[in-house]
Amino acid sequence: MAGPTPYMALAFILFVIGATGLLTRRNALIMFMSVELMLNSVNLTFVAAGRAIGNFTGQVSVFFVLVVAAAEVVIGLAIIVAVFQKRNSASVDELSEMKG
Amino acid sequence: MTEIVLFGIFGTVAIAGALSVILARNPIYSALGLMSTMFSLAVFYIMHLGHFVAAIQIIVYTGAVMTLFLFVIMLIGVDRSEDTAEQLPNQRRIVVGLGLTIAITTVVLTVGQNFKWVTAPGSGPANWDANAEATNGTIQAIGRVLFGADGAERTAGWALPFEVVSLLLIVAAVGAIALAFFRPLRKVEINPTETD
Repeated sequence: MAGPTPYMALAFILFVIGATGLLTRRNALIMFMSVELMLNSVNLTFVAAGRAIGNFTGQVSVFFVLVVAAAEVVIGLAIIVAVFQKRNSASVDELSEMKG
Repeated sequence: MTEIVLFGIFGTVAIAGALSVILARNPIYSALGLMSTMFSLAVFYIMHLGHFVAAIQIIVYTGAVMTLFLFVIMLIGVDRSEDTAEQLPNQRRIVVGLGLTIAITTVVLTVGQNFKWVTAPGSGPANWDANAEATNGTIQAIGRVLFGADGAERTAGWALPFEVVSLLLIVAAVGAIALAFFRPLRKVEINPTETD
């Protein structure tokens, strides 16, 4: 295979699918999974670009993205569970308490 | 040749899993689709000789994160009656525009081989296979880069970001415990207003 181009194209496709899911679905869990998908596609570009450049920076960046994503999932899912226990729904359209 | 075959197989699996994330009505199927996508990406990382990254991809992402997702899905129930009616104006048009923009970008970059931004000295398709050997991502190599023992002289490396990230993990753990622990207090405050 000639260089990182096919991996970049695949990462683009995965990112678009994730962004589409984030914008169209209304279930908070699915939206979270779409965010994870976008983070994963960016990780793929990091690794492919790191190999193309020839140093380890890409792989180290993936490590940090992964840790931040894990922290984000912990807090996000805790918030979703708290909201569900109060409102009995995971749909983000019904959350309007903070509307001015 | 092996790389092309593997890329075809696991690229297809990754895209199919990603599509099932956003198309499946049942959140369980979405979670399983996302798991298969993450597994495929781990295969790609191994093809790039990123052994350590592939291992933590499987352990942390498909292991811990997706298990947490499945726990929460089971906890709050499989809610299939999702209202797909759009509340925000122009949202669908934004989605279509975004998709078209990135599709055009992808075609232009892919067909034109236009990734100039990764053509540092010694990079590029000609050095693709040699660079894979140079970036053999064993735990030892990653650790040397992470803590600045790479090369002749010691540098700070990524030690400071590493410590900041550990602080972030502590904050996340404390926040999750706080969200779970202080809920009874909040219910007492909120209930009187809801009965009004």
